[in-house]
Amino acid sequence: MIEAFFNIEIMKAAWPIVLTGLWNTILLSLIVVPLGLLGGLILALLASIRHPLVRWPLMAWVDFFRAFPPLVLLVLLFAGLPFAGLELGGFACVAIAFFLNTGSYYGEIFRAGIDSVPAGQVEAARSTGLTRMQAMRYVVLPQAVRNVMPDLLSNTLEVVKLTSLGSVVAVPELLYEARQAQSITYNPTPIVMAAVIYFLLLWPVVRLLSRLENRALAGRR
Amino acid sequence: MVTNHIVDARAIHKHFGTLHVLKGVDLKVDERELVFIIGPSGSGKSTLLRCLNRLEEPSSGSIVVDGIDMLDAKTDINHARRRIGMVFQSFNLYPHMTALGNVTLALRKVAGKGRAEAEALGRAALERVGLAERADHTPGQLSGGQQQRVAIARSIALEPRVMLFDEPTSALDPELVGSVLEVMRGLRESGMTMIVVSHEMGFARNAADRVVFMDDGLIVEQGPPAAIFENPTQERTRAFIGQIQRH
Repeated sequence: MIEAFFNIEIMKAAWPIVLTGLWNTILLSLIVVPLGLLGGLILALLASIRHPLVRWPLMAWVDFFRAFPPLVLLVLLFAGLPFAGLELGGFACVAIAFFLNTGSYYGEIFRAGIDSVPAGQVEAARSTGLTRMQAMRYVVLPQAVRNVMPDLLSNTLEVVKLTSLGSVVAVPELLYEARQAQSITYNPTPIVMAAVIYFLLLWPVVRLLSRLENRALAGRR
Repeated sequence: MVTNHIVDARAIHKHFGTLHVLKGVDLKVDERELVFIIGPSGSGKSTLLRCLNRLEEPSSGSIVVDGIDMLDAKTDINHARRRIGMVFQSFNLYPHMTALGNVTLALRKVAGKGRAEAEALGRAALERVGLAERADHTPGQLSGGQQQRVAIARSIALEPRVMLFDEPTSALDPELVGSVLEVMRGLRESGMTMIVVSHEMGFARNAADRVVFMDDGLIVEQGPPAAIFENPTQERTRAFIGQIQRH
């Protein structure tokens, strides 16, 4: 068992490859998380315009991409678009798929946050002459983000985990590199290494999330 | 439109769906006048107040404040609103900012003052409401009365020409009401034009120039406080005053 899953020799050999994967996972996360947050913010701001012509297409958009499995979306972009004469490469496909998919999730979270800010806040801001956008930026959004911080963090955790989907379209992130190392060494130890690294990377975030959630509960009491 | 009145609202109607909340209200207010609006809940008094700075869009009518046609599509409403301060029943302070932050936000972003100048003006405004030493407290660290005074400071810092008060003391514990009324009295003495929706009859009696009684979306009767409180001519006014005074 130890030979197969915790092989020290294999670990030594696979380490540089797995490390490359780790850096790429971090890099990928640093791109897709802000991209998703940006997409979500745009969607939530559009949703705050309660005009039917904006609202219905927006709802259809968000529903569509939340119901669309991200892996299917990714494969479709990667394997399908070339038939439309558009070859984007794995990395770009991951970025687009995440912008569409996680942006919709972040969008719903931001929207809930914006809705949680009492209408009186905007009225007070507007009564002093702030524009709609200024009221949103200085008064509503800071409170909205604070109110939904646990949800934002929780979704971010999911997004970082989802970056392992990149392995399907040959983006050399952690899981992809671990599988490479596994196929070279004929040993599953690199996969175990990847699992441990994911855990060590995300566990502090999970702890932080628990604390935030407990504090939110305590605040409600 | 030329007018001697600082507030000149004419034939204001407001519909909320099928509900006809304001049924043709005229309200003219002179400079330095303190007008008290009283009436049963649902009479439209708060809606009227909120129409004056267009937080509520009137269905029809005309509103001119300090020479600015508030309902003209060409009017820069954000610019116009700087001249009209508003104080709310629920204070509506920004909970993520300090008292000073609440007061300086519009000074910086609307009036375009630099940080240092905005803070100096903000501190002066807090001083006027007796809360200079609370500048760095957040709303959560202040009592209701203090919060409402910060809200007043937030408005007066912009040097408005008119102040609107929408039930400013209704959400306060009785022992905190006095401090807010004290600040309002000070404002009046400094010559501020004020329109107040409130049930503080004692304050109305000794501070108001005119009391306006509204019922069912219309102004039923108006006049000096003594006349309205002691000798109302309308039956509905008499009934309302009687009810209030029994409490």
